[in-house]
Amino acid sequence: MAIMNIDNNNTNHHNINNNNTNKTHILEVKDVSKIYGSLHALSDVNLTVEEGRWLSIMGPSGSGKTTLMNIIGCMDTPTCGSVHLDGQDITRLSLSELTKIRRDKIGLIFQQFHLVPYLTALENVMVAQYYHSMVDEKEALQALDRVGLAARAKHLPRQLSGGEQQRVCIARALINYPKLILADEPTGNLDEANEEMIMKLLHQLHEEGSTIIVVTHSPEVSQHAQTTVVLEYGKVARVVNNHID
Amino acid sequence: MVMNKNRRFITKTIFSSLIRRRSRIAVALLGITIGAAVLLGMVTLCYDIPRQMGQEFRSYGANMVFIPNNNQPTMTMPAIQAAVNLLPSEKVLGVTPFRYDAVRSNMQPYTIVGTDFSQVTKTSPYWQITGQFPTQAQQIMIGVDVANMAALKVGDKMMIAGKSKQGSRFEEEMTVTGIVKTGRSEDGFIFINLHDLSQLLEEDEQAEVVELSITASENELKQYIDTIKSNSTTIDPHLIKWVTQSETSVLGKLSSLLYLVTLVVLVLTMICVATTMMTVVMERRKEIGLKKAIGADNKSIAKEFLAEGLILGIVGGIIGAICGIIFAQVISTNVFGRSIMIEFYLIPLTIVISAVVTVVACLIPVKRAVEVKPALVLRGE
Repeated sequence: MAIMNIDNNNTNHHNINNNNTNKTHILEVKDVSKIYGSLHALSDVNLTVEEGRWLSIMGPSGSGKTTLMNIIGCMDTPTCGSVHLDGQDITRLSLSELTKIRRDKIGLIFQQFHLVPYLTALENVMVAQYYHSMVDEKEALQALDRVGLAARAKHLPRQLSGGEQQRVCIARALINYPKLILADEPTGNLDEANEEMIMKLLHQLHEEGSTIIVVTHSPEVSQHAQTTVVLEYGKVARVVNNHID
Repeated sequence: MVMNKNRRFITKTIFSSLIRRRSRIAVALLGITIGAAVLLGMVTLCYDIPRQMGQEFRSYGANMVFIPNNNQPTMTMPAIQAAVNLLPSEKVLGVTPFRYDAVRSNMQPYTIVGTDFSQVTKTSPYWQITGQFPTQAQQIMIGVDVANMAALKVGDKMMIAGKSKQGSRFEEEMTVTGIVKTGRSEDGFIFINLHDLSQLLEEDEQAEVVELSITASENELKQYIDTIKSNSTTIDPHLIKWVTQSETSVLGKLSSLLYLVTLVVLVLTMICVATTMMTVVMERRKEIGLKKAIGADNKSIAKEFLAEGLILGIVGGIIGAICGIIFAQVISTNVFGRSIMIEFYLIPLTIVISAVVTVVACLIPVKRAVEVKPALVLRGE
């Protein structure tokens, strides 16, 4: 149950409203543009995501998906406009302040999994704990158990299949109880069976109340979300409500 | 407790990183090890070669002489001993007194020289001796010119006549136990034990010249001379300049050459480590990006890399130190035919230098590492 306002124009708001305004806005993107030289990667993007919502961002290559995700994921700042995450203005923060926000509020899932190759599955989860606050092996093991990998905790990434690596990546993203889970093509490198398993996990997380934003090329992945935002040429082209809720 | 858990975890991951990437690490470690080995080897040689060469140079003979002061004809043995006691005993290789007097044999005049044969070989190692040194009274050693002129060989008898300092005459039959050849004035002398000469001359043991061989640099020798001058009124010490100066100049050049080589090796090691670490950073950009994406700040990334560098430096330093000792030993045995003396404090020093050099060499790569952008991991490359 959430509210979502998607807008690419200040004067013309697209509102997707589930008639429940009790939930707080976890993310508010207002008039955000990102300009590289003469290239407008994003122009005047507006996006509001409420807590517990599952949103997918789709679009062809070069549509600005990655740029938007970098800004939402506190890895880049917009050229103009403002971004609020969990009530905090993150628009003009320094790199180190962004690092802190990223550490505390965001769980990242990557297409390439990005596990540290010389650390075991368990240690890969614990690395996120280490940078966040303190390591807790028991809790890390529980997180692996949750993604069905407790038995493979001591394996190195190269000893795990792609699907298993992605599940470790999810366990790592969850370990610090993030406000927002940001997934970049989470099934882009996986076969169908594994894709299904990962989507099932995301559903579970969503049901437990996690806010999820998935960036994807794939319409199949996208339709799992409550709402799909389609980007084209750096603007929000359309918003599709998938009528899941 | 929190810190301990975290510290234990990060230490473990750093070691995992080093152990599980051993083929990569081996290259860096090899560079550091070679650097440390050459460093310790060279510095040991720098230390030891002057000592070794110093001993080689001592084969040129004495480098200091005592002569009597204040126009006195001779120095007494107690005065000589007192002056020698002012020198560091471990550096004094030999002290040879010489007492000269005139004698006759078969109507021919000769110079007889009383000396201490046990010391002669130390201050004049170039003396070529046929036969033996005299060991008893009535025994002499003669120069090769004397032997030729008087047609004497080892074992022959020689009558020697002279006048004692008390005015009485002596005439003794002496046995020639050895013939000495130096190519210098010694070839024309008759040598006898200083003690026996003093008996013949009826006087206390004394010397006109004392030759000393000391393993010390020119500056140290000058210091010793000052000490003796200020403590002794009867003895005038002098450097034998041609020996000390050539010694000092050769050793100085050799030392600077070795230090220069050491410096070059140190710089090369640094470049080698820096390049290897640079490659490591380039290879691990994704990992660094990931760590930053999941919340590592620049300080943590820098600390991890520097800690890896530090461990590599210490391990490389230890292995290198061991190799360095062997290296110095092999060079010393092959070049000088002598075993090397290791200054043991150089071993921990090498390890520390190796660690510092590695960490310094890591600074540029680490700077590159912290500049990696976390957004790197989001592109589907």
